[in-house]
Amino acid sequence: MGASDFSNLPHIGESVRRKEDYRFLTGAGNYTDDINLANQRVAVFVRSPHAHAVIKSIDVAAAEAMPGVAKVFTGKDVEGKMGGLPCGWLITSTDGTPMKEPPHPILAQGKVRYVGDHVAMVVADTLEQAKNAAEAVVVDYDVLPAVVSVSDAAKATALHDAAPDNHCYKWAIGDKAQVDAAFAKAAHITKLDLTNNRLVPNAMEPRAAIGSYNRASDEYTLYVSNQNPHVERLLMTAFVLGLPEHKVRVIAPDVGGGFGSKIYLYAEDVALTWAAKQLNCSIKWTADRSEAFLSDAHGRDHVSHAEMAMDKDGKFLAMRVHTDANLGAYLSTFSTAVPTILYATLLAGQYTCPQIYVEVDAWFTNTAPVDAYRGAGRPEATYLLERLVTKCGWELGLGQDEIRKRNFINSWPYQTPVALQYDVGDYLGCMTKAEDMADVKGFAARKAASAAKGLKRGIGYSSYIEACGIAPSNIAGALGARAGLFECGEIRVHPTGSVTVFTGSHSHGQGHETTFAQVVAARLGIPVENVDVVHGDTGRVPFGMGTYGSRSISVGGAAIMRALDKIETKAKKIAAHLMEASDADVEFANGEFTVKGTDKKVPFGQVALTAYVPHNYPLDKLEPGLNETAFYDPTNFTFPAGTYICEVEIDPATGVTRVDRFTAVDDFGAIINPMIVEGQVHGGLVQGIGQALMENCVYDPDTGQLLTGSFMDYAMPRADDFPQFNIGTVCTPCTHNPLGTKGCGEAGAIGSPPAVINAVLDALKDLGVNEFDMPASPSRVWEAIQSAKA
Amino acid sequence: MQVQLKVNGRASTIDVAPNTLLVQALRENLKLTGTHVGCDTAQCGACTVLLNGRAIKSCNTLAVQHNGAEITTIEGLAQPDGTMHPMQAAFKECHGLQCGFCTPGMVMSSVDLCKNHPKASEGEIRELLEGNLCRCTGYQNIVKAVKQGQAAMASA
Repeated sequence: MGASDFSNLPHIGESVRRKEDYRFLTGAGNYTDDINLANQRVAVFVRSPHAHAVIKSIDVAAAEAMPGVAKVFTGKDVEGKMGGLPCGWLITSTDGTPMKEPPHPILAQGKVRYVGDHVAMVVADTLEQAKNAAEAVVVDYDVLPAVVSVSDAAKATALHDAAPDNHCYKWAIGDKAQVDAAFAKAAHITKLDLTNNRLVPNAMEPRAAIGSYNRASDEYTLYVSNQNPHVERLLMTAFVLGLPEHKVRVIAPDVGGGFGSKIYLYAEDVALTWAAKQLNCSIKWTADRSEAFLSDAHGRDHVSHAEMAMDKDGKFLAMRVHTDANLGAYLSTFSTAVPTILYATLLAGQYTCPQIYVEVDAWFTNTAPVDAYRGAGRPEATYLLERLVTKCGWELGLGQDEIRKRNFINSWPYQTPVALQYDVGDYLGCMTKAEDMADVKGFAARKAASAAKGLKRGIGYSSYIEACGIAPSNIAGALGARAGLFECGEIRVHPTGSVTVFTGSHSHGQGHETTFAQVVAARLGIPVENVDVVHGDTGRVPFGMGTYGSRSISVGGAAIMRALDKIETKAKKIAAHLMEASDADVEFANGEFTVKGTDKKVPFGQVALTAYVPHNYPLDKLEPGLNETAFYDPTNFTFPAGTYICEVEIDPATGVTRVDRFTAVDDFGAIINPMIVEGQVHGGLVQGIGQALMENCVYDPDTGQLLTGSFMDYAMPRADDFPQFNIGTVCTPCTHNPLGTKGCGEAGAIGSPPAVINAVLDALKDLGVNEFDMPASPSRVWEAIQSAKA
Repeated sequence: MQVQLKVNGRASTIDVAPNTLLVQALRENLKLTGTHVGCDTAQCGACTVLLNGRAIKSCNTLAVQHNGAEITTIEGLAQPDGTMHPMQAAFKECHGLQCGFCTPGMVMSSVDLCKNHPKASEGEIRELLEGNLCRCTGYQNIVKAVKQGQAAMASA
């Protein structure tokens, strides 16, 4: 079935209220920490209090003698018994050498490299016993100098023997010679230095896991708050523990948000699973928030220099970018792909810039590992490009709209100079709609009204593009991916015509149980209530790559569509037999099989029943049953794009910056459930505006201590920090998947930060503030105003 | 130490250590896992319950402080036949939840908010929800849900 036919089916484009909500609203959700298994003990991790230190000795005797303590595991216990955590993406440096890939041990081996690094695991009968025993573990450290920023990394004490200058890789994309030649001929060059501030994902449910072992069957079960249980199992069994996959079941039950931070295989998950066998019990661990701040993978943390060459009319000729990316102390699962494949390839943005050269240096520092966080590379690209484009316009005396209009891509498919080929879009359409919705025409009057109150008002544009549903697998493999990027879906039609869908995608808030049910109900012509969706369990779902990169509907949904194609094909044969017609004459629509040119029909339910009670059935030609599985590997990325317009009002006396109006127009292609899509945009916007206005992860530059380690210190966005968002959509359906969808999970977080900061700069222009790095907290804005005065 | 609590209309006597937090008593002793723990600094509000009719953060108080108290958790908000409280229904109708983790606390806070501020404006609702963090929804649909729940509670 084609995407345009699909969009016209019932339930598609309907804001069906979510099937999952009743359990969440009545306290019946089942998150990992809500689960208690028989024979369960509790683990607490002893974490490094130092950013960089040699472990001289660990004495666990006192701790192990304490009441209820089963065992204290240290690096020595795991040494030689398992591998370290693997990195899932190999980046090759410009000189042809592979990235430096130092060991990432499950429990520290002689050295700790960031505050929160896992040193020992205490297992006891109760949480209190385990916590008390953890206090009694004596670790003697020899403290080493620490480095937290990329600019200091090269000169700092080496974290790893494998990377003596703390350099992981130097990677580049584009034709440097062509770019340099274009710069030599440019009429104008705009330059920009900027920092993309480090963030802590802070899903509201802290990470949690229960490792469990059944000696009778020699089977392990890991319950874990995770976004991709099959990937977790694959990495853990094949790369770390060397266990056969059929003996390991990973269940990600209800998961309280992820935003990327729960994609990864973490040391705690491995340690709990392994130790469950050693102690022949189940072992639960739940991070407290302080521990989550220290040990969850963080996001962003780039320092970049960018230059744009233009002709006299502001037409882009070439761009060059250098970025230093902070990877933290170890390589987290997909960390290396974020500042390269997921970042530099997006730097063409929505513009016809014929030549682009990007060089990325990635560094180890004594900070928590950095990996994909909502948007992953694409927010960093968008922030850089959209700040740069706005600055280009201002330097040439062009408005934020005009500089964009002069450079927008306006025909598709479009091959960028940084590898991607955009299939479809309408960038000008998005910006025009956003300008209407934002009442840009009324801005001057609003600015004057603000000025009358002594306030500074500014407007900021951001026209983002992102690449979602990372694939195809063979191309990703050629670029260094060490995993496939397909998705799997299984459709199980039950004898009475209701359906269970098994998907390898995972929902941790995105509403798959509803959206995917709508897709299936629409195709089969049955009520949404008759479709249930199962996800998050390697024991029930055939396979899957999970949820990240806004891929669920475009890749997971497409796999379900493929499985539905198979269901329809088989069901038509059964229907043909029942109606004594030829297979080719049977049509299926609105839940009924009909024979072309006749009034013969059988409902879907009757075909389902016949498949399982095959008394009148072509058993010589067809197997009974109606259960199909499909794998879908996309032929290209999808490319959601849009324009965001932000208006801020700043009190120059205090630096307090208020987002007064925010308009977002997105092209997500076809939309299955508008209510859910709008919710995704709202959430993304708050994370993106949060980054721009308040969130900032800070390590002490001398000691490497995390200074923003709690909700008291790290400014989380709250309800009263935002206005009502004004959001709209434009639709150019994706050309290469059967749903026409593009994905909507990350757009808000990608597009919004530069819109806010461009608005801040616009507001402060006449005070002489020309540069500003996120976040626009009152003190930083006030300081910028004061320094401009000086 | 023994503590008597009336939770969701049902009297219980539980045996807790002096340092047991109220949220631990609810989750571990009474197996009411709908009340969540999202932080360790009383900032996120995922643990919000009604204590003698007032919303409190149950992570920030000891179980033994509340002998004889009446507590309503998210599990006790719907009617016995499972029909949701108007605030729960409003959250569903307005898509005021995504991952569901902050939701129990958010709903309990909202019930209290609307009882005490039946005419709160959108801006006031946003301010009154300061004590509850949500990382998924961007708050827009939570605010919409509270407005709708407020109207439904007023007419109930």
